[in-house]
Amino acid sequence: MTDSDILLEVKNLKTYFFLEEGTVRAVDGADFDIKRGTTLGVVGESGCGKSVTARSILRIVEPPGRVVDGQILYHRYLRRDHDFSLAEVVDLAQLDARSKKMREIRGGEIAIVFQEPMTSFSPVHTIGDQIIEAILLHQDVTKAEARALTIEMLQRVGMPKPSITVDQYAFELSGGMRQRAMIAMALSCNPQLLIADEPTTALDVTTEAQILDLMRELQEQMGMAIMYITHNLGVIAEMAQQVVVMYLGKMVERADVDTVFYDAQHPYTRALLRSIPRIEDQRGRRLEAIKGIVPDPYALPSGCPFHPRCSSRMEICGEVEPPLVEVAPGHWVRCHLYG
Amino acid sequence: MVETQERLLLEVKGLKKYFPITKGFLRKTIGYVKAVDGVDFYIRDRETLGLVGESGCGKTTTGRCLPRAIEPTEGKILFRDRETGEMINIRELDKEGLKRVRKQIQIIFQDPYSSLNPRMTLLQIVGEPLMINEGMHGSELEDRVAELLRSVGLRPEYMRRYPHAFSGGQRQRIGIARALALNPRFIVCDEPVSALDVSVQAQILNLLEDLRDQLGLTYLFVAHDLSVVKHISDRVAVMYVGKLVEMAETDELYESPKHPYTEALMSAVPRPDPRVARLKQRIVLAGEVANPANPPSGCYFHPRCRYAQPICSQELPTLREISPGHFVSCHLADQLTLQGIVKGVSP
Repeated sequence: MTDSDILLEVKNLKTYFFLEEGTVRAVDGADFDIKRGTTLGVVGESGCGKSVTARSILRIVEPPGRVVDGQILYHRYLRRDHDFSLAEVVDLAQLDARSKKMREIRGGEIAIVFQEPMTSFSPVHTIGDQIIEAILLHQDVTKAEARALTIEMLQRVGMPKPSITVDQYAFELSGGMRQRAMIAMALSCNPQLLIADEPTTALDVTTEAQILDLMRELQEQMGMAIMYITHNLGVIAEMAQQVVVMYLGKMVERADVDTVFYDAQHPYTRALLRSIPRIEDQRGRRLEAIKGIVPDPYALPSGCPFHPRCSSRMEICGEVEPPLVEVAPGHWVRCHLYG
Repeated sequence: MVETQERLLLEVKGLKKYFPITKGFLRKTIGYVKAVDGVDFYIRDRETLGLVGESGCGKTTTGRCLPRAIEPTEGKILFRDRETGEMINIRELDKEGLKRVRKQIQIIFQDPYSSLNPRMTLLQIVGEPLMINEGMHGSELEDRVAELLRSVGLRPEYMRRYPHAFSGGQRQRIGIARALALNPRFIVCDEPVSALDVSVQAQILNLLEDLRDQLGLTYLFVAHDLSVVKHISDRVAVMYVGKLVEMAETDELYESPKHPYTEALMSAVPRPDPRVARLKQRIVLAGEVANPANPPSGCYFHPRCRYAQPICSQELPTLREISPGHFVSCHLADQLTLQGIVKGVSP
């Protein structure tokens, strides 16, 4: 992996929420890289911190939450035709969230697509107006040019009748169309990195297939990286080259996609893979459920957060937090079985 | 549709549910959303029938019509009454009769957060059916509720607590305990695991299977997740925009689908297996799901169907038995060879 390949380095990221009831350590140690043009899958269940990680990168974590530690090193490139040269490395964690530089990056170079496009769009503005606004914020074009770009982008994301839908409101569109509009808005400024936070979870499976296809196609055309966040292991297998598994704020495993699916080492990853029903399964196979429930974020277990539910637990697991260990080149696991 | 070998528990014929679309101050009816548009199926005693389809297909409405939680517009719902052993038409029952039969048919809902009254304790939630229908109270009620809670894997001490103290998976267990209170024979499971985390889904599915085996229950399992449905169902029916397009034994349906929509649905499911995902030739459907208020002419699926012929836009196909136990609604079913799921061993 050469230096010019790396787009984003997240090192020991911690984002905490300081609430009256206590401190929720939503992200408590995330470490991963994203290479240009590739897809990183971030998988985990509710409360694992995957969405907060995405928001931390974009510095849109709402108070009382904030990034308390770690680095988010964004390798900013200057684009000259199809040549990229490194302009600077910016630690996004150190930038003021409202600074000019952060606002340039957010939307212009790193964009995000959310799960619920209905709540992400303003209900009182047309989707065209919202996309035009995003373009005008980041590009030096006239309003007429921005509108033309918007219609072109809507066309590109497969929106039926783009010159009509550009003047429609979010509530007038179906779920699949709203998500396409959201993707159009995210891609309108040719971002280097697209963060997709459960973009297809609320969609039907046939619509999801269309959207996944679309994202892969656009990725190839535009050379952008994708950080794909989801709890759906099937989607991860389809989309990601590298995978990060999170549990209660901590990254517990990280490797390339084949390794995670065929040679996972962390007990949580293995348990998760064993517990899902698979469409090719013989019928009559009993699902191996993970016993217990995800604990209350205010009352996290000591030591390794997974230990109460772990079938491989040892005494040390309840006392000491496990270190992150590279068990094979590029394969990292946070577990006392290995460190 | 005749099933003579094993005893039928439920037979639905020509079920329709139309929701009127009104306009204006005087609420004049200008059209109908044909949520369920002439559906036939049967379920045998102790069998699980999976009902799949995407949003707007009518599967949830179908499930709710069975105990008349929603009043059907048309059709017969024949149910084998436990007391008489005879098939009775639920739609023809009077208030008393319906109350009696409803003890035998229960529903488990999708959203564990909105299906439990937040102001009632678990004792009240699970005990309510017993209080109302059997007049149970006091220690007899508490004992029965304790037993029900235990049967779903919850501690009886929890009965004094309120729903907000519990996780999604635990709340779903409470909903199941409530559904079991009156010893039903038949349970409509309406997307019971869709709102749950992946690791909790397995727990609840195992619980539903265990209860089914222990108590001899019959399920209509409504869901959109094809992997989940395959796991728990003996037979599966597929719906599209209010119509039943295919129905067969589970293995048969998944291996040899006969309807193009079924084929596309299975093809669209993302597989948690990178090697398979890389090799897979996916069928990606064009267009959007048809509008149940204004469906296409002929076969509702024809605008998105890669095999469509002229007849498909002209004539509505009917559900017919293409091979024993395998029903399909497609003009071209005899001619097409469609791709199903190849059974394999998971890594």
